[in-house]
Amino acid sequence: MSNQNLFELNQVAKRFTKGKETISIFQDLNMQIKDGDFLAIMGPSGSGKTTLLNLLGGVDQPTEGQITFDGQRIDNLSESQLAKWRANNIGFIFQFYNLMPMLNAARNVELPLLLTNLSRSERQKQVKIALELVGLSDRADHMPSEMSGGQQQRVAIARAVVSDPKFLLCDEPTGDLDRQTADEILQTLQLLNEKFGKTIVMVTHDPSAAKFAKQTVHLNKGEFVKAEELSA
Amino acid sequence: MKDLYLVYKNLTRKKMRLFLTTFAIFIAFLIFGAIMTLRGALNSGVEMSADNRLVVVHKTNFTNPLPYSYVNKTQAIEGVKQVTHANWFGGYYQEPANQVVTFAVEPESYLAVYPELVIEPEQRKAWLNNQASILVGERIALANGWKVGDRIPLSSNIFSHKEGGQTWDFVIEGIFRGAEQKTDTSYLLFHYKYFKETQSWGGDSIGWLILTTEDAAMNESVAKAIDNNFANSNAETDTSTEQAFNKAFIEQIGNIGLIIFGVVFMAFFTILIVVGNTMVLAIRERTAEIAVLKTLGFASIRIFKMVLIESCLLAFLGGLLGLGGAYLLIQGASENLARFLPNLVLDQNILLQALGYMLLLGLITGIAPAISALKLNIITAFNRG
Ligand SMILES: Nc1ncnc2c1ncn2[C@@H]1O[C@H](COP(=O)(O)OP(=O)(O)OP(=O)(O)O)[C@@H](O)[C@H]1O
Ligand SMILES: [Mg+2]
Repeated sequence: MSNQNLFELNQVAKRFTKGKETISIFQDLNMQIKDGDFLAIMGPSGSGKTTLLNLLGGVDQPTEGQITFDGQRIDNLSESQLAKWRANNIGFIFQFYNLMPMLNAARNVELPLLLTNLSRSERQKQVKIALELVGLSDRADHMPSEMSGGQQQRVAIARAVVSDPKFLLCDEPTGDLDRQTADEILQTLQLLNEKFGKTIVMVTHDPSAAKFAKQTVHLNKGEFVKAEELSA
Repeated sequence: MKDLYLVYKNLTRKKMRLFLTTFAIFIAFLIFGAIMTLRGALNSGVEMSADNRLVVVHKTNFTNPLPYSYVNKTQAIEGVKQVTHANWFGGYYQEPANQVVTFAVEPESYLAVYPELVIEPEQRKAWLNNQASILVGERIALANGWKVGDRIPLSSNIFSHKEGGQTWDFVIEGIFRGAEQKTDTSYLLFHYKYFKETQSWGGDSIGWLILTTEDAAMNESVAKAIDNNFANSNAETDTSTEQAFNKAFIEQIGNIGLIIFGVVFMAFFTILIVVGNTMVLAIRERTAEIAVLKTLGFASIRIFKMVLIESCLLAFLGGLLGLGGAYLLIQGASENLARFLPNLVLDQNILLQALGYMLLLGLITGIAPAISALKLNIITAFNRG
C-alpha cells in the first residue's frame, strides 16, 4: 500500500439553495484518502454521507474549496469533463443495484465499456473476467429480474470494476441485503481492495459492515467526529 | 453505433406498448400512402392536361353525341389550331368485367392534338395505314401482355358489329408511351372511319371534340365563340379547357382536396398525441436509469441522441410498415381501378414525403423527452427515486 493521497479535500464547503433558503451541509471540510485505502463512512441519516460521496465521485461539485484526485483538480471541471473523468476513474455501487432491467447481466456489466474504444470482442472478454471475479460466470445471460438481490449487487460490482477504475464508491451497498449475503458482498469488496488494489469508500449504517473496512470515520452534521478504532 | 443495442432494448422492453404505438403509426401512414396516391391519380389528369387544349361536349349531357359536321365548323373558328374528335367504344377484353378504355378517333389529328403520346415512327405509319388496327397504350399493353402484331378481340357493351356479335378483331400495330411518367397510357385508339363502317347503327356522330388553340390566352374567347356558334342548334355545346373539364369531372366526387387534407391531418394529429405521450411516459419511467447512465459517465448529449433515435426508430418502424400496407392496398386496388384511375401508383414523391414525415414524427415525439433526459440532474433524479 502506498502512502500517496488519492483524494484530497481542501476547505470544502457544500450548500444547497432552495428558493431563498440555503442549507449548509459542509463547511471547511478537509479530508485525505490514501491510495489503497478501504474507508467506511458512518453517521446518522442526513449527516451528509451521500453528499460527500457525490463530491468524491464527481457527480456533484463543491460550493467552495478544492478537490484533488491523483494530483488533478476536479472541482473546476465542466459537466462533460466530469462525465469523462467518472468513466475513467470511478466505479459506482448503489444500494438498490440500479441495473438496467432490460439488459442481461453481461450487457449490464458491459455498459461502462461502451464509453471506451474497445471492440465488441474485447469488451466481451473483459465482461467475462469481471463476472468471474464476482462469481457469476454462469449468470451472464440472466436478466436482473431473474436474480436475487445479492446476485444483482454482484453484477453491479462487476459493472463497477469492469473498466478497471482506481476508485470504488459504494453508498450503502448492503443496505438492502440480509446478513449472510451482505457479508459475501463485503468480502468481495475486501478482495477488490486487498488483491486488486482498489481504493474504496463505502457509506454504511451497519457497524458490522464497517468492520470489513480498513478504517471507519463518523460524520455528524457535516463534520468528522473522532474516528473510533474498531476492534474485531 | 455502440448504443444501438441499448436503444433497441429500450424500444422493445414493453411489447404491448410497442405494438400499440407501432400500430397507430402504421394506420396513419397507411392512410397517408393510400390517400396521397389516390390524390395523385385524380390530379394527374388535371396536371397532365395541356393548357391550350379545349374539350367540346354536348351541353345537356356530355355523353350525348355531336354531329360530325361540327368538326369542320369548329376548325373554321378563329383561333382554333387543330381539331380532333373521339367516340367512346365501351370496350372490354374477353370478359365484361375486364373493361378497357377504348376510343374511336381520327388518327392523324388525334396524335397532333395529343403530342404527349410517343410512338415509334414505323408503328405510327403502320397504324395510320391499317384501318383495322389498333394503337395500344403502354400501361394497358403491359397489363395484358400484348405485343405489336398480336390480334386481340375487343367487345363493346354499347355497339354491335354489323356482321353480328359485339366483338371486333384488331391487330395491334403500335404501342404508345407517355412523354412523361404520369401521362395516361392505359387506353386504346382505333380508326373512327373503321368504327363507322363496321358498326350496325351507322350514322355520323361523334362523342366529343378536342381542339388546341393558337395560344392559351385565347382559350376563353375561342370557347365562347364555339358555344355561340352552335347556340340554338339541335346540339348546343359546352366548351371548356381540358383542365377545367378534368377538374369538374373529379369534383363530382366531392371536394377531394379538403377531405384528403382533413383525413391526413386527423391521422397525424392523433398519432402525434398518442406517440408523443407514450414517449414522454416511457422516458419518465426511466428517470433512475438515465441518472445511472449519466453517473457511469455517459454524456448528456449521448443520452439525448439515444432518446431521439428511439423515437425515430419507432416512427420508421410503424411508418414503413404503413407504407408497405398502402403499397399492397394500392396494388390490389389498381388492378380493379386501372380503367378509372390509371395513375394509381405510390410514386417516389409520396415515398420521399412519407419518409420526411416519419423523420419529423420521430423528432417531434422524441424532442421533449430527449430534452428532459438531457437536462436530467443526477442528484435530483436519485433524490426523487
Ligand atoms: N439536492 C439537494 N437539495 C437540497 N438539499 C439536499 C440535496 N441533497 C441533499 N440535501 C440535504 O442534505 C442533507 C444531507 O443529505 P445526504 O443525502 O447527504 O444525507 P445522508 O447522510 O446520505 O443520509 P442517509 O443516511 O439518509 O442517506 C440532508 O438534510 C438533505 O436533505
Ligand atoms: Mg445517503
